[in-house]
Amino acid sequence: MTLAAAQRGRVRRALGTHWYAWTMVAPVVLVIGVIIGFPLVRGVFLSLTDANEANVQRDIGVNHIPATYKFTGLDNYTAILSDDVFWNRLGWTVLWTVACVSLTFLLGLTLATMLNRTLRGRTFYRLALILPWAVPAFISVFTWRMLYNEKSGLLNKLLAGGGIDAIPWLNDPTWAKLSVIAVNVWLGVPFMLVTLLGGLQSIPGELYEAAEMDGANPWQRFRNITMPGLRSVSSTVILLSTIWTFNMFPVIFLLTRGGPGDATEILVTYAYRLSFVDSPRNFSESAAWGVLILVLLSAVAVVYRRALRKQGEVW
Amino acid sequence: MSRKRHQRHPLASVGLHLALALAAVIAVFPPFWLLVTSFKPQNDAFTTGLLSHPTLANYTHVLADTAFLTWFGNSVVIVGLTTVLGVFLSATTGYAVSRFRFPGMRPLMWLLLLTQMFPVAVLIVPLYNLMATLGLLNQPAGLVITYLTIAVPFCAWMMKGFFDTIPVEIDEAGRVDGLNPFGTFWRLVLPLARPGLAVTGFYTFVTAWAEVAYASAFMTGEDNLTLAGGLQTFVNQYTNDWGSMTAAAVIIAVPAALVFAFAQRHLVAGLTAGTTKG
Repeated sequence: MTLAAAQRGRVRRALGTHWYAWTMVAPVVLVIGVIIGFPLVRGVFLSLTDANEANVQRDIGVNHIPATYKFTGLDNYTAILSDDVFWNRLGWTVLWTVACVSLTFLLGLTLATMLNRTLRGRTFYRLALILPWAVPAFISVFTWRMLYNEKSGLLNKLLAGGGIDAIPWLNDPTWAKLSVIAVNVWLGVPFMLVTLLGGLQSIPGELYEAAEMDGANPWQRFRNITMPGLRSVSSTVILLSTIWTFNMFPVIFLLTRGGPGDATEILVTYAYRLSFVDSPRNFSESAAWGVLILVLLSAVAVVYRRALRKQGEVW
Repeated sequence: MSRKRHQRHPLASVGLHLALALAAVIAVFPPFWLLVTSFKPQNDAFTTGLLSHPTLANYTHVLADTAFLTWFGNSVVIVGLTTVLGVFLSATTGYAVSRFRFPGMRPLMWLLLLTQMFPVAVLIVPLYNLMATLGLLNQPAGLVITYLTIAVPFCAWMMKGFFDTIPVEIDEAGRVDGLNPFGTFWRLVLPLARPGLAVTGFYTFVTAWAEVAYASAFMTGEDNLTLAGGLQTFVNQYTNDWGSMTAAAVIIAVPAALVFAFAQRHLVAGLTAGTTKG
């Protein structure tokens, strides 16, 4: 048998064994390849050029103007990385992500623990607590904007009723930061609650009984049974929610548009501003920001997964 | 949970209920306030009182004087297609990843995670150009395909976790009875994964129903807008039509809440299966 024939045989054997698996994943790979792959490659390419509104190909009336932007290598990246704007935005984005994820997780865990016991009205509480998830996010965000309204919003009216001065919820840099975090936590708790509740329910009750028999106090039971039992659920939801929060465009954009000034602007909204809001629209720099975001998140995911694997998780 | 425990101290019980009630009020209040505001006359949108002059004016205005019903129809078509296709694709992908060890599986898992990371704000320009080239702007198909790429990766992960909990013996039994892998999947395993399908469907529906950025970028012209895009026209820099906005928001939230009510029974089991074995 020649080498080529052996190769062909191996390919055929692989096809014979794996063709149905491949068929089953093919549509997804295809769609993702076209819809994410192409824009991704194009984004990376744009980030290496000086493309902006004034020099990309466009049609004005009947005139077709060809693209005149040129390849500039890593200029965009060096410019971004040597500019304070990037590091300031990154600092706030990290703070925002850590604050949101840890608060949502702690609240979700607390509420899940409370719900995971015999309790009158349990179904009612559970339904009420996951309600924010059933309302489309952009509607909740609009509602919050109404409540936060400085002059006539309900929150300030309530405060005025208690004799407290109006708070500039969305118009003061510090308050705006707290406000956007509060809304995002409000939106995110139901997901955490539901997943962690599921995790809690999969821990066998006998473990708790045995621990109680051995005289373990509630904290010890939580520490030694609940926490390890929730490990795999929580590791996945924390990673996912970190990624989602880091890129949480709608909450920031619809609530404050990144303002006041650029106080609540995270990396994603800033990248969006570069190519959609600012004039002239700067496509190349925006793309470079996008690539940097992707690199940062991939690094986080890799480090996180490695840390988990060291603790014996498999993936 | 029917865990037998010694009786809780009454004070602890009161504390527990107080904490849960407080959390429930915070969770329910904004949607509740939205509902209340939608029944207020236009000029009273920001009053603190509960319904002093309840009115349906906002609703009749939204339904009769705007293109709301057209937007609603557009949304139903797009989201319906996305949900059906999304559930099917997530199920096949999740099943393949759960059952078969095939070359390219680990890269595929990474690819699914990676798609969650690339920010919408940056994909949107090249994607817009791509859609223009393919002639899919202002076409429901364009949005459906885009939404699939958002929802399917996470759903495929969830479905994988779900299939992992179904014993492999069932597949083997199917094969012994002469079913091919597709037959096994379709006739034996899929019916058992119904709770997982409910969760996947819910997630896909909510994601697509609530999506704003792509919808407002890809669909233009009053007849083509979806609900998310249409709602933006009520509240923008120039007009602040809070009354219509709240009424429209309530109508938009109702189908989402219905789907939610249908799926919530399965949510706990479904999501957990997905995340523990992720």
